Amino acid sequence: MIRFQRSTGRSRALHTTALFLAATLALAACGGGGDAADTPQSAPATSQADIDKAMTTPTELTFWTWVPNIQKEVDLFQKKYPAIKVKVVNAGQGEPQYTKLRTALKAGTGAPDAVQIEFQYIPTFSITDSLLDLRPYLSAGLKDKFVDWTWKQVSGTGGQVWGIPQDTGPMGMLYRKDIFDKHGITPPKTWDEFAASARKLHAADPKVSMTNLASNQAGVWMGLLWQAGGKPFMTTAADSVKVNLNDDTAKKLGTYWGDLLKDGSVSADPDFTDQWYQALNRGQYATWLTAAWGPVFLSGSAKSTSGKWRAAPLPQWDASKQVSGNWGGSTTAVVKGSKNAIAAAKLAEFLNTDPESTKMFATEQFLFPATKALLADPEFVQQKPAFFGGQTVNQVFSGISDTVDTEFQWPPFLDQAVNDWDETVGKSFANKSDPNAALDQWQSRTTDYAKNQGFKVNQ
Amino acid sequence: MSTATTSGRRRGGTTPAASGYLFVAPFMVVFLAMLVVPLAYAAYLSLFQDRLIGGTVFAGLDNYTRALGDDRLLEGVLRVARFFLFQVPIMLVVSLLAALAIDSGLLRLSKVFRLGIFLPYAVPSVVAALMWGYLYGPDFGPFAQLAEKVGAAVPPFLSDSWMLGSMANIVTWEFTGYNMIILYAALRAIPGELYEAAAVDGAGPWRTAWSIKIPAVRPALLLCLIFSVIGSFQLFAEPNLLQRLAPSVIDSAYTPNLYAYTLAFTGQEVNYAAAVSFLLGLVIIVASYAVLFVAGRRSRS
Repeated sequence: MIRFQRSTGRSRALHTTALFLAATLALAACGGGGDAADTPQSAPATSQADIDKAMTTPTELTFWTWVPNIQKEVDLFQKKYPAIKVKVVNAGQGEPQYTKLRTALKAGTGAPDAVQIEFQYIPTFSITDSLLDLRPYLSAGLKDKFVDWTWKQVSGTGGQVWGIPQDTGPMGMLYRKDIFDKHGITPPKTWDEFAASARKLHAADPKVSMTNLASNQAGVWMGLLWQAGGKPFMTTAADSVKVNLNDDTAKKLGTYWGDLLKDGSVSADPDFTDQWYQALNRGQYATWLTAAWGPVFLSGSAKSTSGKWRAAPLPQWDASKQVSGNWGGSTTAVVKGSKNAIAAAKLAEFLNTDPESTKMFATEQFLFPATKALLADPEFVQQKPAFFGGQTVNQVFSGISDTVDTEFQWPPFLDQAVNDWDETVGKSFANKSDPNAALDQWQSRTTDYAKNQGFKVNQ
Repeated sequence: MSTATTSGRRRGGTTPAASGYLFVAPFMVVFLAMLVVPLAYAAYLSLFQDRLIGGTVFAGLDNYTRALGDDRLLEGVLRVARFFLFQVPIMLVVSLLAALAIDSGLLRLSKVFRLGIFLPYAVPSVVAALMWGYLYGPDFGPFAQLAEKVGAAVPPFLSDSWMLGSMANIVTWEFTGYNMIILYAALRAIPGELYEAAAVDGAGPWRTAWSIKIPAVRPALLLCLIFSVIGSFQLFAEPNLLQRLAPSVIDSAYTPNLYAYTLAFTGQEVNYAAAVSFLLGLVIIVASYAVLFVAGRRSRS
């Protein structure tokens, strides 16, 4: 669900997923000044005695999250720590929740103890010094339980841990086997094959597009850029950020997609709209380049196409190397200033590492796991949903998760970056104008913003 | 309010001046708390910069200089000015004709007619924009379906070149009734003797309308015009809601108000947004004054 909110929601922020962490690090380092001071090296661990004391003292925690029915997992936590009562609040999905969180933080009252933060938003909140570095509270060896790239996403430049990964969205390709078969297309292994198939398909049936590259979905662009090895944002020091939105990698993508959009073999309808759902149901898109949460989402929203879909990894730029990016996914973070920091940190840790709780997320809420254990769990990866003709879809995405590049970073000002993407690059998709000119525009707008915010940009 | 009351009582509360203040106190308290204080606070905010790196610093008039050189703001202001120039005349002419028609006494169901035109004003503008957004829909909207049925091209209501006109239509639909009521009230206030004198002079209904009624409602028309200046320049709800339907047409700086809103809530640039808002206020004052000036000179000549 998480996945889908982000995507559904108002779309912008949502799509973008998890990258944030990396940026965070950097940021943290830069950390809005204040942060920089307390980040270096590792913070002293809290003693086990302190933790035991905190976990047996009657405490009430407030936890903001939009995961549906998360009470079930929270109940497991409360069973283990009967002294801690957790009040679960749904403060909105994605952006609306962040707005409320910012307001509460500014007001100095009303902020929760623990909060759901998407990967891509971690640097945006860590730079304002709103998140607590969890290192002193976490059990040893926690890092190794998570897929490498997810841990990188929650880590700050100074080594801080800003949140515990909850779910992820490594990107793959869902395709309509029936459409492919009808036109003699095999699932493309490379982007060149993908483009050739797209043109072949378009020539044979102009009503069907090879895929839909949504003009309102910065998250997909970031995911595809991530796959291509792009480094759009890099936080190099506490007060410095590198912005490379129109470098060669980005322009390679711009040219590639611009051509396909121009000749009509790829469409650019806004996603998660009525029109888009209809098109999926009517078979107007032969593929959906989406995240690991996509399969479950699709089986709920395109029921009439059951059995016709299959999953595969994304086409590759370099046929000899399997790589992917990520779109979506969340973490559980602790708000700086929480009076119950230990209990809140333990809640974040428990929910996302306890075997029973993590499995429940995967089977009840259909979150795509962030832990290595679950991604290797036969019960999870061997599921054979009828919607995908009995294919072990989770296995496909579990394999993809291992190929996600670990170094991708998010900017410390995600809202602005995504808003500007919508109005430049996204707009060029919709208008079939030159995406590379739009990338230049995005670069200049983002650079201006960063400078106005006091960053040293590209120095 | 309560303090005003007690202090008034202590003084005996009987002097004419004191009771006068007491009467205006409820208004003044709300006026100060809801208008003057926020305005002053915004003015204060506009002189600072709150940056992600470096925190809050005094910036003097930097925000204003930045705004004056901001192409996106200028574009938005010019866009709403264009909107004003074509939407307002149409709306006011329609309002005036409707008011004259009702006032003429020739309509059979004038009350139904009056209510019918006024009704859209009672619909919240958010609801109106949502409703029209649905009507304009390129796939499922009734106009599109109708066009498809008769084999005509679907009118691109939400395209770049049509958008301003589509929005003008929504605003006209909403506010024609409101302006009509103001004009109608002014028409009702014209003394009957003037009509009698006109009749004696041999004026027919058209002549009466042109030479008596329209000159007599000029002040009311001017009032409508000023409201429309303010309304046009502050256009927000319609573009904000239609943005979801046509994100590639309406960007975050489509109108100046939308721009200020995005600056504050997306970019977290609250201070700059305050400066933009103040400049917009200034533009509105100047535009209103220009309208008054032009209209005043006309009536003198």
